[in-house]
Amino acid sequence: MSQLVLFNVFNGLIVGAFYALMALGLSLILNLSGVINFAHGGFLALGAYFAYALIPFLGFWGALVVAPVLVAVLGLGVERVLIRPLYGADPLYGLLLTFGLAYILEDLTRLVWGAQSVPFQAPAALMTPLSSDYFFLTGYRLVMIGIVAAAVGGLFVVLNCTRLGTRIRAGTRDLETVSTLGVNVRILRSLNFGLGIYMAGLAGVLAAGLLGLSPTIGANLIMPSFVAIIVGGLGSLLGTLLGGLLIGVASGIAAVYVPSATEAVIYVMMGLVLLVRPRGLLGEEGRLH
Amino acid sequence: MPELAAPRLNRRAVVKGGLALGAAQLASPFVLTARAAEAVKIGFDNALTGPYAGPGKNELVGCQLAVDQINEKGGILGRKVELVVEDSTSGDAGVAVQKARKLIDSDKVDFLLGHLNSALALAMAQVSNEKGVLHIVPGGHTDAITGKTCHWNVFRVCNTTATEANAVAGALVKQYGKKYYYITPDYAFGHTLEAGMVKAIAALGGERVGGDLTPLGTVDFSSYLIKAQAANPDVIIFLIQGDDMLNALKQATQFGLQNKVHLAGAQQEMEPLEGLPPEARVGTWVMEWYWKQPGAPHVAEFVDAIKKRTGHVPTARTWFGFVSTWTCALAAAKANSLKALDMAKALQDFHLPPEIALGPNPAYYRAGQNQLISTLFVGDAQAKGEAPEDLFKVTKVVNGADVAGTLEESECKMIWPS
Amino acid sequence: MSLVRARGIDVLIAAALLFMPLWMAAVGGYTELATRILVMGLAAMALNFLLGFTGVLSFGHAAYFGLGAYGAAMAIKYLETGTMAAIGVGAVIATVAAAIIGALIVRRRGVYFAMVTIAFGQVFYFLAFRWNSVTGGDDGLTGWHRQPVDLGFAAIDIFRNDGAFYYFVLVVFAVCVAAMAQLIASPFGRTLLAIRENERRARFLGVPIERRIWLSFVISCFFVSVAGALYALLNNFTDPRALRFDLSGNLVIMAVMGGMRSFWGPLIGAGIFVALQDYVSSHTQNWMSVIGLVYVLVVRFFPRGVLGALRRGAAA
Repeated sequence: MSQLVLFNVFNGLIVGAFYALMALGLSLILNLSGVINFAHGGFLALGAYFAYALIPFLGFWGALVVAPVLVAVLGLGVERVLIRPLYGADPLYGLLLTFGLAYILEDLTRLVWGAQSVPFQAPAALMTPLSSDYFFLTGYRLVMIGIVAAAVGGLFVVLNCTRLGTRIRAGTRDLETVSTLGVNVRILRSLNFGLGIYMAGLAGVLAAGLLGLSPTIGANLIMPSFVAIIVGGLGSLLGTLLGGLLIGVASGIAAVYVPSATEAVIYVMMGLVLLVRPRGLLGEEGRLH
Repeated sequence: MPELAAPRLNRRAVVKGGLALGAAQLASPFVLTARAAEAVKIGFDNALTGPYAGPGKNELVGCQLAVDQINEKGGILGRKVELVVEDSTSGDAGVAVQKARKLIDSDKVDFLLGHLNSALALAMAQVSNEKGVLHIVPGGHTDAITGKTCHWNVFRVCNTTATEANAVAGALVKQYGKKYYYITPDYAFGHTLEAGMVKAIAALGGERVGGDLTPLGTVDFSSYLIKAQAANPDVIIFLIQGDDMLNALKQATQFGLQNKVHLAGAQQEMEPLEGLPPEARVGTWVMEWYWKQPGAPHVAEFVDAIKKRTGHVPTARTWFGFVSTWTCALAAAKANSLKALDMAKALQDFHLPPEIALGPNPAYYRAGQNQLISTLFVGDAQAKGEAPEDLFKVTKVVNGADVAGTLEESECKMIWPS
Repeated sequence: MSLVRARGIDVLIAAALLFMPLWMAAVGGYTELATRILVMGLAAMALNFLLGFTGVLSFGHAAYFGLGAYGAAMAIKYLETGTMAAIGVGAVIATVAAAIIGALIVRRRGVYFAMVTIAFGQVFYFLAFRWNSVTGGDDGLTGWHRQPVDLGFAAIDIFRNDGAFYYFVLVVFAVCVAAMAQLIASPFGRTLLAIRENERRARFLGVPIERRIWLSFVISCFFVSVAGALYALLNNFTDPRALRFDLSGNLVIMAVMGGMRSFWGPLIGAGIFVALQDYVSSHTQNWMSVIGLVYVLVVRFFPRGVLGALRRGAAA
């Protein structure tokens, strides 16, 4: 039983870290640009597929580095052409546009790589358990948690220690003033969007090692990201991180007793947060009100 | 509400273009109706997008090959055959039902094919029965289709869950042990498949030591796998399908479970196997049709024909589509009529010719149930075989007639129109 | 901008709808498609009550649509009620749910409100999916069909007769639409418009904002659930996918495409969208790209929708 609990909590942390990675990208874009990126799952899938295409040439690690960058570049293009005109307009339009974009991305992915799942191969060395007793600790899962930690850590470093990061944070609070101070807000939003998409692409590559890779891989993973943001609170990246980890661990604990309720738990938590503390755990009152 | 920035592309131009396109659209149905009056139409209403798109497209390829072959041989009753394809979008059931109605009411199809999703197959069957159109279900597995809610006009190619369970149970109990743990998808197909497996295995002396119902679309099976392993079974049975199967096997082999416990299941298909990395292709399964049948006549030609079209070997789904379409032609030929009632009667106990059956045992539609009884292939998944895409090593060929159960057990009480 | 649409448009639309089964076949459609347009049109107009007239974006309306559908289906299957009672059951269940959830979320606005509606929509999808014993889970609720409508002096068979069912739906549609029109033209409706135009000012004028928005939400969900019940009747079947955010998105795009600011706009949008989806998915397997493209084009070039563009053209 203790092995069960240990494993499920650990697994919950891994899953939570993964949700947090996805949700952070979504949150970045939402906070600065006010756009709910429904196409986030589509970019996740693209990240995975790009990696799949690159592995024969660059190997897994090379693909892990390059694929998210490629997806981010694509994201920059999309932002420039489609999303930029929507800033300042009703959030309705951003939602609709990214919704349509999600359809297009899924269809294009299916067109290029086929509807069937494709065999994504992470390095065999990682695909084995580290010990016979604790067989659920595979190298891959540990590496994944390390990469997510590095990515999240890197994000916070960028946000707090670089000029770009400071401007993003300032822009989240008051974009108009930032613009008045001479910062090129358009480029700022583009870069921010690219950063968010990079996180989605990275999440995609990591997911493909664990799950089957098919064009619909992103669709299942996007809802928990939404919930993570709601639980953690809009406007706070730390809140999103916390929210992701929390729902991951909560579903992990639920898995010990009722494995089929793991998804329900996420929604129950969301309901609880909305009842007890509607602005989210670390959300600020009046943010994006 | 705030204004949007003015678009740079001239809106008028877009509107004009759209109107022109729309006008062309309106004009075309007139053209279509004139031309298509003589052809015999087979309506295909299946999933070509969404999570079931892989098998759905394979079924379509099988249908298309069959249509071409039928036309080469002179068509149905001397008339050309046309396949009218509708994507039910794997999405909301309303669309599948709507497309079925469209095919029947608007396109006036003589036959209806579909759906691989059990629930949608049932919904479509209700429509086809209401309208009295001959309906062949290529790959929808829920037992009710030729069971509790069987209809005189609905025929099914793929097997019932009881048949699959009975086919594989013997091989498992004999070789691997008596204690079984079940990972079952939480919907009707999963429940009946598990019930069938438990019954078949119990009859041979095995016992169920535990199990879990997993929601469809589960991505992370780790908690189920560790629970399964903790129950100390001889075999873990995976009854989940498609992407769920893929995820579970991928994760199970990452945990090295195949070294501690034997992994097995009932229904397995080429689509998930092809999506798995080689080291994850393990376990004992039953397939409803397999492409590598050394020495079997006609099979090699079929495999070549499909390879030419898609670059891959045919899967069981391809075969389902192929058989369903040919069934339409053969039924019409035998009844010498396109009336659904005549054709349905002609199909009772109808045996498929060997170049369609493509298996070692006879394949026929059981009278009173409209269920195709054919051959099943029990074997082990393998990382790679001698030929490329040989991912399954057949260890036992089972005659469907031996394992299909009786007509009473199917609970089908067919009501014929007076 | 006039609240009450011109008499002329009303008559035009009434005539078109009254004879739709007849002219539908001529343009390559079929009766069931016409019925589907009516049902989706009602749903889109119901959504627009909240979106276009109160200015609040809900992206989770599929949940209430689905609740209406499941309520009606379960009523017929388990309680063996008639058609009208089934619609009633569906509407009651969905409206109660909307009342509760509305109370939870009404303090949020804009992006946050939208997100939360998406999430709650997903909760109901999840429930329908997992509560196997009651909802049939992934297999959906099958094994039932429309019951004849008992008028006392005659029973209309709406199951076997597609045309009869179309007119039945048309009657329900007309009643709902008339009710919505009355509500919008009433003083209550005026306060909703005020909230849409300038919420802060409305608040200063003493309008109880949260309460009105909640009411608008509940009314909107009520009519959407009636549409959902009709949808279940249309298919003789319902399944969890009727609750997915795909449908929510489609309803919003229908409203936007037709023109959010006009009363009949969503109906026009529904007509275009349903017909387009039907046509495109028959001709290409890449219909998803086409639909996605439609979303993108509408947002970029036709944010005011068809009726909005026409009105602008007329005014210019």
